[in-house]
Amino acid sequence: MLSRTADNLYWTARYVERADFLARVIDSALRLSALPASWSGASTEWESAIATSGAAPGFYALYGDANEQSVCDYLVFSPDNPSSIRSCINMARSNVRAVRTALTSETWEALNAAWNELNTVDPKMGAEEVSRFLEWVKGVSLMFDGSARRTMLRNDAYWFLRLGGAMERADNTARILDVKYHLLLPASESVGGGLDYFQWTTILREVSALTAYRWVYKENVKPWLIADLLILNKQMPRSMASCYDVVSRHLDYLGDLYGRRGPSQKLARAALARMNGLRIDDVFQTGLHEFIGQYLADHAKLGVAITEQYLQ
Amino acid sequence: MRIHIHQSTQYAYDEPIRAAVQILRTTPRPNDGQHISLWRVETDADARLKPGEDAFGNITHALYIDGAIQRLRLTVVGEVETSDTGGVLRGGLERLPVQVFLRETPLTLAGVDLRSYATDVTGGRHDRLDRLHDLLAAIHRDIAVSEEPAGQDTNAAKAFSQGQGCVQDLAHIFISAARHIGAPARFVSGHLFRHDEEVAHNAAHAWAEAHVEGLGWVGFDPVTGACPTDAYVRVASALDYLGAAPVRGARFGGGKEHLDVSLSVAAEPGWRGQ
Amino acid sequence: MSTVSAVRKVCWTIGDAMNSFDEMHGQGPQSVRGLYDKVKSWLDQTPSETMAARRAQAELFFRRIGITFAVYGEAEAGERLIPFDLIPRIISRSEWNLLERGLKQRVATLNAFLSDIYGQQSCLKAGIVPADLIYTNPQYRLEMVGRQAPHGVWVHIAGVDIVRTGERDFYVLEDNARTPSGVSYMLENREVMMRLAPELFANHHVAPVETYTDALLATLRSVAPRGAEADPTIVLLTPGRYNSAFYEHTFLADKLGIELVEGSDLFVRDDKVYMRTTVGPQRVDVIYRRLDDEFIDPLVFNPSSMLGVAGLMSAYLAGNVTLANAVGTGISDDKAVYSYMPDLVRFYTGDEPILQNVPTWRCREPEALSYVLDHLDELVVKEVGGSGGYGMLIGPTSSKDEIEMFRAKLRHAPDQFIAQPTLALSTCPTFVDQGVAPRHVDLRPFVLTGSDEVRITPGGLSRVALREGSLVVNSSQGGGTKDTWVLEA
Repeated sequence: MLSRTADNLYWTARYVERADFLARVIDSALRLSALPASWSGASTEWESAIATSGAAPGFYALYGDANEQSVCDYLVFSPDNPSSIRSCINMARSNVRAVRTALTSETWEALNAAWNELNTVDPKMGAEEVSRFLEWVKGVSLMFDGSARRTMLRNDAYWFLRLGGAMERADNTARILDVKYHLLLPASESVGGGLDYFQWTTILREVSALTAYRWVYKENVKPWLIADLLILNKQMPRSMASCYDVVSRHLDYLGDLYGRRGPSQKLARAALARMNGLRIDDVFQTGLHEFIGQYLADHAKLGVAITEQYLQ
Repeated sequence: MRIHIHQSTQYAYDEPIRAAVQILRTTPRPNDGQHISLWRVETDADARLKPGEDAFGNITHALYIDGAIQRLRLTVVGEVETSDTGGVLRGGLERLPVQVFLRETPLTLAGVDLRSYATDVTGGRHDRLDRLHDLLAAIHRDIAVSEEPAGQDTNAAKAFSQGQGCVQDLAHIFISAARHIGAPARFVSGHLFRHDEEVAHNAAHAWAEAHVEGLGWVGFDPVTGACPTDAYVRVASALDYLGAAPVRGARFGGGKEHLDVSLSVAAEPGWRGQ
Repeated sequence: MSTVSAVRKVCWTIGDAMNSFDEMHGQGPQSVRGLYDKVKSWLDQTPSETMAARRAQAELFFRRIGITFAVYGEAEAGERLIPFDLIPRIISRSEWNLLERGLKQRVATLNAFLSDIYGQQSCLKAGIVPADLIYTNPQYRLEMVGRQAPHGVWVHIAGVDIVRTGERDFYVLEDNARTPSGVSYMLENREVMMRLAPELFANHHVAPVETYTDALLATLRSVAPRGAEADPTIVLLTPGRYNSAFYEHTFLADKLGIELVEGSDLFVRDDKVYMRTTVGPQRVDVIYRRLDDEFIDPLVFNPSSMLGVAGLMSAYLAGNVTLANAVGTGISDDKAVYSYMPDLVRFYTGDEPILQNVPTWRCREPEALSYVLDHLDELVVKEVGGSGGYGMLIGPTSSKDEIEMFRAKLRHAPDQFIAQPTLALSTCPTFVDQGVAPRHVDLRPFVLTGSDEVRITPGGLSRVALREGSLVVNSSQGGGTKDTWVLEA
């Protein structure tokens, strides 16, 4: 397979996943900002939405203040933001268009239809319309993923899609933790009250796991369990460990198909092995922030290794 | 005259390059006015140099690099024995019919002003050689030489309208004008030993040649306003700068490129220019 | 009397189009040429609602599979469909035999001409073509002088534009020896036609066009470098997704089972071409390039080209990769060079040309120029290096100002122009808003030349000017296409 084809597939999946993630981040922030200030405290949800999306430098170059209006503008429709939801869908479609024959028509049509529809959407919308739009975005990623899963041959084309999706997902979950780790530290537990509760549930919403949490832990929302769910719990498809399961498995498929394993397989396995042996207490002991920082650095290294090994 | 040339080009990149390919036109061919006693092109990196020849008969080297490299030095060392041929090129290799050199290229677009200038300054004479000499004198007189290299996309018409240009621009102006008055003309890159300057300069020289029935190709250097002498080493020729460029390259990766060029053109001690 | 002027992708009618040769009715509206008997009764018997439904289906089909072309200057949203006309354009076997012989002669001449001007230059020495016309032409690639194309084949794929003015009168309008497009329409039109009007195929013996992709693959394989492995690696090089013919590039790569590559997918190392794949570099032997010479190698041609491959010419000249078409074929597309084709046919083959050339005044010749200047209102004036209908004057329908503007251009640079008379293009019955009406057509058959044989698929792309009056077959200006049938019996 051409490296460019692999690269396009990998990035298509990353862009679709990123659009979905942005939709959830904005949705959660909207929910938090709708709460009375006495519950949610000094409203920092829009700053943290921008920080979580990784778009802070571009954003502050254009806007002075992070609020509902400016953040939605920038993260949803802005053509100036290469990672806005619109840009993500445009990029995904444009990537896929260049390698159309590598996809089934169902998978192509899922994205092409979304792109066509996006072109008819008026960016000027009220809060309610924004919410509906965000739901639509989540639907797009479901359609795309589902079409790929149900129709594509299980070969390298499919594996690069899955690999890209899992890499992006791992990155996004880690980014949430990187921005919000302080809310999960033991010290913040004593603060108590409504503020923390809503902040914690916001984190869970950002990974669509509020209900999952209850099913898994059968407990009240507790910060270290949130950390466990997002980092180590393999039942949870957005946890970092789950994502690495997927990443490592698909890298192995590729390695087997091509008859050679390289640095990316090695790095992915090592990361997975580290997480497999961990308990959440250990994570807190070494320091949550330090752990996330190390993880993000390793993750970036893996991204480079994948690129060098397959995509260029 | 025995001329020694030592040119060293050092490339440095912010990040390691993954691969690079260059076409070098740095090796002269002999002719009646120049005997190449020694010529070497070398790199210090793990690179392959494949010799070849381009459309104009210039000696080329395709330079291939793969593997991470952050620095690359290209060294050209030569020793040439020259003699004065009165500016006339004899015994050179000609691969193409003379009429080819009437072609206009993007860099040698003349434009209305330069065309009428060419007609005006050569108006008094009929003999082609005389007209070319008039043209040479006029351009030498009217167009200033700037040390700053002009932009890559500066064509003859633009340089002419600015009234100044680098050595390449002056050659382009002469070539465009010569073609306009019907003389096939071409761009020549090479080296010039200058008595009056520091030995080290960091840019190669360039001039023009025009074709005159009965004589063949005659060199014209609008920078000096004279024909080339034994102080000149002729390396490559083409329709314009682009075709005779000492280096054209592309690379994969590497980030920003930093270039450091040093060139020395020296005459053997005891030699004196006339 | 009607006159029709034809230029590349553009035809223009004046007056009553019914007086042109009609391919169904012959010379009179009452008669029907035997060839079209069954189509005529199919048209008469099929209810108009059925036809309308089929046309809608055809459009749906094209939209779904995504046969679109990009319109330059528009965003990606500007991907358009080319209208498809349901009524086939029919050519008899004996007409086709004539065309086929003519095309073979024509393309053999093109190859001989290119070998010659880059080699011995005997046609210049013999004075058939003036030397300065070749030497000063930027399409005459100096890099190829003194070289031969691998296996002696220059024009592997030609898309020759032919127009018809009478029963046996076929004219070549352009040879298109660079990177002709449109073959995907020939194939897809047939596909759609067989789905929508199977009953027509049941009672006609239509020569298949599906063999084209096999023929193309065989042609490309036959010209692999001699050192290549028995199973050479062939790729299709596209300028990328913003090119107007990108759909065709993906279509062909898919049908041929070869990789569709962009310049950045390839690299040259030690004068050999490789593509970047997920298993590392893979050697490439043959490149079917849909990219003009000017852009294929920034180290030799246009230095600002981002579409090509640095070092590709070195690999090509070293004989390590074959480019199809060869570098330097553009010289034969020059319209002044075109005008010498009849002489060149005689010079290289010793035979009389089978297909006619449109009479052409070369404005570089003073006598021709003065004639053209005196008759600007009757003639079509074209730039010698122009294509796509740009930079031309259609005298009979131009305003005085336009004519005067061209007069000045001609005087300024006469050697940049040629002029041709207007031609009465044939018409074919075509669905229009008012029902079925005659519309002007041209024909682009595709001629494949390998090291082993010449392959011509019976058929081609028929383009039709859909609007009455001032008509263009250019796809960007409302032209449509038809399925083209060569009837075996």
